[in-house]
Amino acid sequence: MSFVKLSTSALALTAMAATTAVARDQVQVAGSSTVLPYASIVAEAFGENFDFPTPVVESGGSSSGLKRFCEGVGENTIDIANASRAIREKEIKACAEAGVTDIIEVRIGYDGIVFASQTNGPAYTAFQPADIFNALGSKVLVDGAIVDNPHAQWADFNADLPAADIMAFIPGTKHGTREVFEDKVLLEGCEATGAMAAMMEAGMSEDDAEDACIDVRQDGASVDIDGDYTETLARIDANPNGIGIFGLAFFENNQDKLKVATMGGVAPSTETISTGEYPVSRPLFFYVKKAHIGVIPGLKEFASFFVADEIAGPDGPLSAYGLVADPELSETQTAIEAETPMGGGS
Amino acid sequence: MTDASMTPTDAPKKKSSLMAQDARTRKRNAAETRFRMYGMAAIAVGLLFLVFLFTSILRSGLPAFTQTVVDIEFTLTQEQFDTAESKMLKTGEYQKIFVNALSEQLDARGLDVAFDAKAIQRIVGKPGGTIRSFFLENPDRIGTPVSFELAASSRVDGYFNGRMTRDTLVDSRFLMATDLDLVDALEEAGIIGGAFNWNFITGTDSGVDNPGGAGLGASVIGSFFMMLVVLFLSLPIGVAASIYLEEFAPKNRWTDLIEVNISNLAAVPSIVFGILGLAVFIQFAGFPQSAPLVGGLVLTLMTLPTIIISTRASLAAVPPSIRDAALGVGASKMQSVFHHVLPLAMPGILTGTIIGLAQALGETAPLLLIGMVGFVAREYPETFVGGFTDANSAMPAQIYTWASRADPGFYEKAWGGIIILLLFLITMNAIAVVLRRRFERRW
Repeated sequence: MSFVKLSTSALALTAMAATTAVARDQVQVAGSSTVLPYASIVAEAFGENFDFPTPVVESGGSSSGLKRFCEGVGENTIDIANASRAIREKEIKACAEAGVTDIIEVRIGYDGIVFASQTNGPAYTAFQPADIFNALGSKVLVDGAIVDNPHAQWADFNADLPAADIMAFIPGTKHGTREVFEDKVLLEGCEATGAMAAMMEAGMSEDDAEDACIDVRQDGASVDIDGDYTETLARIDANPNGIGIFGLAFFENNQDKLKVATMGGVAPSTETISTGEYPVSRPLFFYVKKAHIGVIPGLKEFASFFVADEIAGPDGPLSAYGLVADPELSETQTAIEAETPMGGGS
Repeated sequence: MTDASMTPTDAPKKKSSLMAQDARTRKRNAAETRFRMYGMAAIAVGLLFLVFLFTSILRSGLPAFTQTVVDIEFTLTQEQFDTAESKMLKTGEYQKIFVNALSEQLDARGLDVAFDAKAIQRIVGKPGGTIRSFFLENPDRIGTPVSFELAASSRVDGYFNGRMTRDTLVDSRFLMATDLDLVDALEEAGIIGGAFNWNFITGTDSGVDNPGGAGLGASVIGSFFMMLVVLFLSLPIGVAASIYLEEFAPKNRWTDLIEVNISNLAAVPSIVFGILGLAVFIQFAGFPQSAPLVGGLVLTLMTLPTIIISTRASLAAVPPSIRDAALGVGASKMQSVFHHVLPLAMPGILTGTIIGLAQALGETAPLLLIGMVGFVAREYPETFVGGFTDANSAMPAQIYTWASRADPGFYEKAWGGIIILLLFLITMNAIAVVLRRRFERRW
């Protein structure tokens, strides 16, 4: 009979635990794996310096973070979504439908996206956006005609590049990094090679042409990586010809294994990114649910701590790790103090 | 048993002897020898993989158990304490005080190497939090010299344990080649050196810029509370279900259907249980995210079929004569089960349970979906109930998290975590073997 007693007590224990769990005293964050390192640094420092418990930071990608953010208001939804791109219109709409109306957008700084390969691999040292587009676009311009991408080696379209098989590991579509890669590299390259003009001449509307430009070839030369940069790194380790897309901070942490290529003649570094010389950079954000401020203890304090000069400023720990400090940090700070939601209305 | 030799009259021409084998016997014997060789080769390959696995785990993971530490004694004045506490980033202030104290001591020793505060900053890790929490707990030590052993930065740690050499070092703001001269000088002076990394076993997770402060302790506790939930739910439910199905339930289409479903459930990928857990326990029932309670519930679902199947097998192994004897002396059906059959089946049930628990302990996939992967295992639960409801991670989830961080120091920590996880699993399986050996009855 002890089993009956055991199971009853176990059920009672569970029920008890569940009822006491109603009030959450911890900030919950989820989203971009690019922002995750920074968020975890801030969360650790926040726990060490304040009397609030350390926030929980989960990974998963910008899109999945924002999706969870938009599930609704309440203690079993997350308070903050990290994103390596700005929130999209349709996400704002989805949020509003679930009752998440006042969203505070916080820009924490900038991050560079770099193209890196094995230290001992082919000499991928200098790229132009056009090279990347010619290598990875699904339709490219060859001899004045738009054709399915015929290039097998980098040297096929640019004699300056090594005669090595094209093999690229790019972030999957759930990553915010992918969007930046599409906008700042593929689209630029598409325009630079004249492919976009040729597509529009062929009767495509501008939007369709843009969509065609950012379409990546599907014949195996380009591989979508849905995991973190460590997965990309492992793929690069196994493929001497491979080239991977990394965040600047990740690359800097693994410089003994990777060499970086310049983009448009500029080497990526915190300096070139902050001046805007290095073309492929993007702002990093997090989004705060205004309805949770005052309900979840420490939420507002965490948000303002995140963008405080001591943390996100040029001499703070985030810069030391690889974030490019935002020159307009003080405006972000004021916006958090005033709890100004997106779109200006309140 | 060659039949040729047994019937000599039928084939008088064929001379066969027990001493000389005929062709067929040789062929059969050769086949047997070959089969044995295949078997041995298969075992050898298996062992080879095992050895390869263990050496690679130990080689990559053992460095996580040692830690390069900076051994230094310095005094924090009341004034410094008050200033630091008035700042927003208090730990950063303590870090500065520490770096200044170290520079002054190095100056006083007259080291032969040129250095600046930035170099020291790169060599020491992130000790601000440790120093602050020490002085908050021991305010009476302010103003007196205190000796600290503080973790050095992960790059310096890598230099000491061979993960990185002077040749592979690329100058960066994390560590410069010139810093290594200073590190060597510090080692000669006895300020920097190796020590056993207790923090790795007892500590909590740390931020990505502080691999030296990372520990598995909190997630071990998270795993422990999850296993408590699994044990106290799946054992009674599983045993009750099996007893009913095995001893009481009528054999009909319904029970057949249930049986088939239980076997099928045992084969369902664990990620499916994670999705179920997210939908039912978190979104519908409103349980807290990242809580070991939810993790335990999900793993209970996963473990239940394993326990039911093994319990039913051990119940069925109890000979019917025992039941008959009990019924014969007037016991009720229930008495015969609980007084006689169940105690005899107990070793098998416990073995099955422990193996089910070990399986659940190493499971990561369902935890991905209920928020236990990420920067979670930062704090120990304060109360017993809090152990179930406070956000925490689990050992395999923590290992996964570390493996995906940029700093190579964390990769090493992930391997170290694997060693600890393996120790737990080996212990549990050993207990299961001992139980089986000790209490198993044969009829």
